[in-house]
Amino acid sequence: MLKQGEFYQRDREWHPPALTPDYKTSVTRSPQYSLISLQNSISEVTGPVFGHNDVDPLDNDLISNYAQPGESPIGERIILHGRVLDENGRAVPNTLVEIWQANAGGRYRHKKDTYLAPIDPNFGGCGRTLTDENGYYFFRTVKPGAYPWRNWVNSWRPAHIHMSIFGTGFAQRLITQCYFEGDPLIDRCPIVKTIPDADAISRLISRLDMNSTIPLDTIAYKLDVVLRGRRSTLFENRLEGN
Amino acid sequence: MQQLNYLKETPSQTAGPYVHIGLAPGAAGFEIYRQELGWDIAGPNAEGERIRVEGLVVDGAGSPIKDVLLEAWQANARGVYAHPEGGGDVEDGFRGWGRVITNFETGEWAFDTVKPGPTPGRNVGQQAPHINLWVVARGINVGLNTRIYFEDEAEANSKDPVLNLIEWERRRATLLAKRNNRDGQVVYRFDIKIQGEDETVFFDI
Ligand SMILES: [Fe+3]
Repeated sequence: MLKQGEFYQRDREWHPPALTPDYKTSVTRSPQYSLISLQNSISEVTGPVFGHNDVDPLDNDLISNYAQPGESPIGERIILHGRVLDENGRAVPNTLVEIWQANAGGRYRHKKDTYLAPIDPNFGGCGRTLTDENGYYFFRTVKPGAYPWRNWVNSWRPAHIHMSIFGTGFAQRLITQCYFEGDPLIDRCPIVKTIPDADAISRLISRLDMNSTIPLDTIAYKLDVVLRGRRSTLFENRLEGN
Repeated sequence: MQQLNYLKETPSQTAGPYVHIGLAPGAAGFEIYRQELGWDIAGPNAEGERIRVEGLVVDGAGSPIKDVLLEAWQANARGVYAHPEGGGDVEDGFRGWGRVITNFETGEWAFDTVKPGPTPGRNVGQQAPHINLWVVARGINVGLNTRIYFEDEAEANSKDPVLNLIEWERRRATLLAKRNNRDGQVVYRFDIKIQGEDETVFFDI
């Protein structure tokens, strides 16, 4: 029935476990039963398809997509760019990438955010784009500020941009966070440290990219995102002579 | 020894408390995009029975989670997914994918769609009608996958290969949405318990 093979199993020892007590909110939001493992069916290998009718060309420019005419948000102007690949190293073209973030002061445009830092009238804080035929994406934004949060009394999130990526099947659906090279708060963050492996954490830290920086204008950071790969169908045992 | 040159999947991180800003900004109260994605699952031309599915997501302390976001993925009434490998053509405007957030005060969520048809099994047979769900929120480190089945599909459910993987009858029941009628509309109730007694079955897909 499946024309292409199923996705490679997710490496659950590489991802954070559900229960991570130092990130306190996980304590009541982590299932206690084991996940039930499913081999992929049509329900998992298919997923929503997006096209250029779904997004506007400026949706990936957070410097202008909420700013008053002639104005722009306060903060360090950055480009966040990279490629979406799968575990086979193949580009994932035409896939939807969405981001959201705090403003340069560390404040979200959200009624639940009560941090002292001010709302920026010219900054909404979200963007979206489709990868091109080579799996490439880019956003223009301002570098988000660190912000305090209620975990321990003195917990601060490192500067980060939340990212949501679709891929080609519902089993590839992923939400993660992008950090910035050199930030001393990364090593102290209980959310970062839900990921047990230091090498895995390093995959979330964008690198300063001087080659893509626009001189006298915008500094660039690069982060590649990897989604689950798909098996080629080699030998398939078919049940009951189907 | 040679290297196996596979890349590693990017590790997941929680969606955090402000996921609505990024994925449902209009529903979160600020207009930024010309059109929001995922608010219309079935579109105007879809065949089949129009239904509403609603519920709560409840944490291990018994409280509704109010900052959750759910995504639904389903076939149309003929069991076809809107995807190149989905098994055929779908009605114009049928996307089969939706995104919902909860009421910030009560934690109730709801979406309107059509009831999906049975879909092909992995190798043989059929899967009972179901809607695939993906649940993210603050405190959830990797998005949780589950499935909504329909209690009034007892015959199909009894043969469903996924439900039959769950050996505990009581746990299987956590995946059955309860059918009601309200003001002439079919409403299915599907409460999700993240943790504890009658914890919903979640899948590693
Ligand atoms: Fe955040």
